[in-house]
Amino acid sequence: MDDLIIAGRSFKSRLMVGTGKFSSNEAMVAAMEGSGSEIVTVALRRVDIDNPQDSLLHHINSERYLLLPNTSGARDAEEAVRLARLARAAGCEPWIKLEVTPDPYYLLPDPIETLKAAEILVKEGFIVLPYINADPVLAKHLQEVGTATVMPLGSPIGTNKGIRNRDNIAIIIEQAIVPVVVDAGLGAPSHAAEAMEMGADAVLVNTALAVARDPGAMAAAFKKGVEAGREAYLAGLGKQQDKAEASSPLTGFLGK
Amino acid sequence: MSFYDVIQKYDPQQVVAEIEAMTATDVQRALAAEQLDNHDYMALLSPAAEDFLEEMAQKANAITLRRFGRTIQLYAPIYLSNECHNSCRYCGFSVHNPIPRRTLNLDEIEQEARILHDQGFRHILLLTGEAPGKVGNDFIAAAAERIRPFFSSISIEVYPMETDGYKEMVAAGIDGLTIYQETYDPVLYSELHPSGRKRDYRFRLETPERGGAAGLRRIGIGFLLGLGDFRSEAFFAGLHGRYLAHHYWRTLLSVSFPRLRPAEGGFQPLHPVSDRKFVQLMCAMRLLLHDAGLVLSTRENAELRDNLLPLGITQMSAGSCTAPGGYAEDNSASEQFAIDDDRTPAEIAELLRARGYDPVWKDWDEAFLQSSSE
Repeated sequence: MDDLIIAGRSFKSRLMVGTGKFSSNEAMVAAMEGSGSEIVTVALRRVDIDNPQDSLLHHINSERYLLLPNTSGARDAEEAVRLARLARAAGCEPWIKLEVTPDPYYLLPDPIETLKAAEILVKEGFIVLPYINADPVLAKHLQEVGTATVMPLGSPIGTNKGIRNRDNIAIIIEQAIVPVVVDAGLGAPSHAAEAMEMGADAVLVNTALAVARDPGAMAAAFKKGVEAGREAYLAGLGKQQDKAEASSPLTGFLGK
Repeated sequence: MSFYDVIQKYDPQQVVAEIEAMTATDVQRALAAEQLDNHDYMALLSPAAEDFLEEMAQKANAITLRRFGRTIQLYAPIYLSNECHNSCRYCGFSVHNPIPRRTLNLDEIEQEARILHDQGFRHILLLTGEAPGKVGNDFIAAAAERIRPFFSSISIEVYPMETDGYKEMVAAGIDGLTIYQETYDPVLYSELHPSGRKRDYRFRLETPERGGAAGLRRIGIGFLLGLGDFRSEAFFAGLHGRYLAHHYWRTLLSVSFPRLRPAEGGFQPLHPVSDRKFVQLMCAMRLLLHDAGLVLSTRENAELRDNLLPLGITQMSAGSCTAPGGYAEDNSASEQFAIDDDRTPAEIAELLRARGYDPVWKDWDEAFLQSSSE
């Protein structure tokens, strides 16, 4: 499989994983290993460096994974920017998964505040990966301010419903000048494969792994789904159509 | 239009009658719905739903897993004071109960905070009674500011304030508010709260709205099981929750419905609620409010708490002490109510892990609330 390149950095894996909702740190590590991921996102609000009882970060090997802190919980641009700065001050690399979700129920991203925060963070030298609704115009605005990716959701976080906004994601992919990462709502390896077949550059999965009976095995299944989807995309998928078309045309003998 | 105007449209007796008239067909329709309407919710609270408890539990478990994963957030209460001018007939802090009264000073509060911090807690709930003059907004704000370095999230469960009071609380670093209506039945409310500022049903009912308007990030509502008819209480709490989620859409809702425990004063529950009914209520609430936190307190016994975990619980207290200064010294004479789960926080965390849940000690960051001027 070809490499994924974000902000000049190459990754073999096109599957990113989240670290929330797991039953234990061991289950989380099993999922990370099974997924073959190289990018792992962590909610900054969950990180507690000085609590020995809460050792989420200690379980993530920073040699092996790029730790992508996220700003989940931030209600507006100001809060997101503050959290991003804290992460960098604490020694994280300047990569940030920008999440501004003022509505704690569906956790849908705020387009206005996300754009504002992205503009500030890019100017401050962050590599910004913004979580957005599948809005092609917003995706263009974000790319113009210099985000490293755009990360449209397939369906609301945690729903496992797959890609419910296919047409808009297709437009975002078609228009993109940065990698498109489909984030949120992917509940099965087939959903991940679908995103990759559409031409997404990567996907991010969390809930589907965390709530699986066997997170490690599910992560491995997603890895295959992502790889299959990418390979199919590169190989060139046949077009879909309503009528049958014989692979050996019946009128071929007529010549042109 | 406040929630008071909404609830005025309902006659509690009529609500009970409607719930009791629900049939198995109504319950099956509710179980098939992705989002419940009022009729569906009534069906799940009805006697007819008792035959569908397992189906309800399975669905509640699936919704909770999807939204919250296999995690339970832990918190602990700190009782700042047991002074109270109210006379709630079911409460150990009632002004009529001859218990030793105490208000902690800031050093004592910090001592309690340090103990809980060392046990691993990062989410803390500050509680007081209602004693204007002795325990006011300034005191609570000062307490919050003193303990802020130890915790990532501070909530309060104190007397109702005006919106400006809640703004002061937010400025002091408080992000959550818990306020139970106790009972949604205004007649019963009046009987149970014979004197004190708490007599004002409407002011209490509209408290979460003032908290939401002030920008608090988390609001917990609830009622006490054992006071009114549990079906209508649960119905109104559900309506209340949905109203708040719609009107204060940036504020995360949680709901709690503790069963009354023995307390000083010897009040006996008017409508005792069995474990079965408790489970029915919890599942119905989860099916109505997919994203709300459901809180389980140490009022319930250890075995039941363990079994309730998969049904929708998202937060629980551990190692709680309900007397002011109770972590640093033993003074059960002045507690608000007796707890029924006396396992230590470490034991609770271990149990959660054994049951396949990750105990979450920190799920918030005080950085969210710092103003841009800092």
